[in-house]
Amino acid sequence: MQDLLWLVPGLPLLGFLVLSLAGGRLSRPAMAAVGTGSVGASAMVATLVALGFHEPFRQVLWEWMRVGEFAPTIGFRLDALSLVMILVITWVGFLIHAYSCAFMAGDAGYRRFFAIMNLFVAAMLTLVLADNLLFLYLGWEGVGLCSYLLIGFWYQDPANGRAARKAFIVTRVGDTAFAIGLFFLIAQVGTLDIEEAMTRAGSISAATAAALLLGGAVGKSAQIPLQVWLPDAMAGPTPVSALIHAATMVTAGVYLIARTQALFALAPVVQTMVAVIGAATLLLGGIGALAQRDIKRVLAYSTMSQIGLMFLALGLGAWPAAIFHFMTHAFFKALLFLAAGSVTLSLHHEHDIFRMGGLWKSLPISFATFLIGAASLSGMPFVTAGFFSKESILGSAWERGVGWWSVALVGVLLTSLYIFRVVFIVFFGEAKTSVAPRRDVLLTLPMVALAILALVGGWIPIPVGVFEPHVGVASVVSMAGIVIAWSLRAPLAFPGVDFDGLYERAFVRPFLRLANAVGRDPADAVSFGPAWAAATAHRLASATQTGSLRWYAAGIVFGGVVLLAVVLWW
Amino acid sequence: MISTTHGLILAAVLFALGLTGLLARRDVIFVLMSIEIMMNAAGLAFVVAGARWGRPDGQVMFLFILATAAAEVSVGLALILALFRRARTLDVDAANRMRG
Repeated sequence: MQDLLWLVPGLPLLGFLVLSLAGGRLSRPAMAAVGTGSVGASAMVATLVALGFHEPFRQVLWEWMRVGEFAPTIGFRLDALSLVMILVITWVGFLIHAYSCAFMAGDAGYRRFFAIMNLFVAAMLTLVLADNLLFLYLGWEGVGLCSYLLIGFWYQDPANGRAARKAFIVTRVGDTAFAIGLFFLIAQVGTLDIEEAMTRAGSISAATAAALLLGGAVGKSAQIPLQVWLPDAMAGPTPVSALIHAATMVTAGVYLIARTQALFALAPVVQTMVAVIGAATLLLGGIGALAQRDIKRVLAYSTMSQIGLMFLALGLGAWPAAIFHFMTHAFFKALLFLAAGSVTLSLHHEHDIFRMGGLWKSLPISFATFLIGAASLSGMPFVTAGFFSKESILGSAWERGVGWWSVALVGVLLTSLYIFRVVFIVFFGEAKTSVAPRRDVLLTLPMVALAILALVGGWIPIPVGVFEPHVGVASVVSMAGIVIAWSLRAPLAFPGVDFDGLYERAFVRPFLRLANAVGRDPADAVSFGPAWAAATAHRLASATQTGSLRWYAAGIVFGGVVLLAVVLWW
Repeated sequence: MISTTHGLILAAVLFALGLTGLLARRDVIFVLMSIEIMMNAAGLAFVVAGARWGRPDGQVMFLFILATAAAEVSVGLALILALFRRARTLDVDAANRMRG
């Protein structure tokens, strides 16, 4: 069983290869079958591996390269942390793929969509299974590439291309820090093998390495100050948003910090920084979500905020709680996105929540599933998965100090406030638009499956730790949030926090000015000089082609005379 | 007996006249006639040189030039006809569409 581990990322990669190389000859149902089936098979294999899991092990396929002592492998390592990750990624990914079969039906880029989605899942699985940081970085960049391709999936609209470039460039800032961190580790420790690097980490300046890795994690997980790309990433199709927010991409940063927590434990300053960044993002994301009108953007800010909660837990050293929350978050956030997608699909791609209303009667399944997702997100006691993971984070925050705990509590309040505000605006009140319900079993089944997971997911025993459920203040606070949300159904006038405008002024414009300034320096003369000379010579030669026969004759005579003179007097 | 010098001077004068006509005339038929004059000037120079050394080569070359001139006139007149059909004029400056 354990030998099949390589198939977990291998099968989606195979799906990508089949779809991109031979997919043109497949019929549309066959494309969907290959795209969904490869992830489904991968989920099966992951489950088989999980059933036979006793202790961490490695599977080295081959040596990637060898430069002196430095020899990274193409190898996978499975332990409790990566086991939880692969199960969530493959199963949630599979449900999202199944949903996409119906959601993307009729789209011209059907094959391209499934090909990139498969590559996305394969890259994310590589990321979480890699046994060394270089292989992890390969998956890391693969995830970045696929997110770019999928956010800009409908590239005919220039705004989508712009959003895709923004996501790519902003995460690139973090990736650069990550890459420098890898160079630093090679120089200091001499290996990128995660286990060895963690055991040898005590002898080096762990703070520098941890801070650089944190830079990468902040970019990928859309934390302050690199969070600006996430709301714009909503330009992609809804299943893509679900995949990015629930199973892949944004959770990569959480995974990276949990994976290298030995390094962070050696650098308490950096670890506190993780908690501060998480707390700031938790609050700002929650406030930002209140100011949005687009249903998908609310969910985007919500993801930002929830990942902030995970970062807070990581920063407080409670990484099992963070991973637990990652799992339940994957269930209910994927569910919320899929339910929101089914709502917009039935409303002719209307995204503005204030043009919806009273939908609970016309879209009962979307309403029920969205409500379950919202309840799980705000942590309803006992009946939802979100309750258990949130309580475990709050519990560990309480142990670290009442300050951290109260920040997390404000986050909980904001969470139930913004999400139930959306529920009340979208599904209650009077109906404002005509509804054309889309009924498709492929849309409904993944939503129902995720709804069940969002309800009972908290009872799933996960091997990273044991969590004792207990009702605390947080449950009361989140109930209070729901009550306040009922009175906040009108559009709010405040614009949120304008990070985009700030970055535009602070970075983009000065950079463009600088680029314009250095774009015309003397060094360019070396390359522009010959080009100018050739163009001038061409203009002169072309001027002699007057088209006048008599000028040509005169030219021949002149040339003849000159030649004769040369021959006679030389 | 005409001296070689005189013969060559006559040839040079004829060649210069033909060249002037070629450069100055705009009517394409006159241009063709100027080319004929220049070729005959060259032929005259050959004949004079042949007479100077008493050999037949010069007259043989003149016959070659006559044959070439006949061929040139037939092609040239065909070109003139084509030009006239296209431009409705015999002005060489009108055929200047292949400017660089």
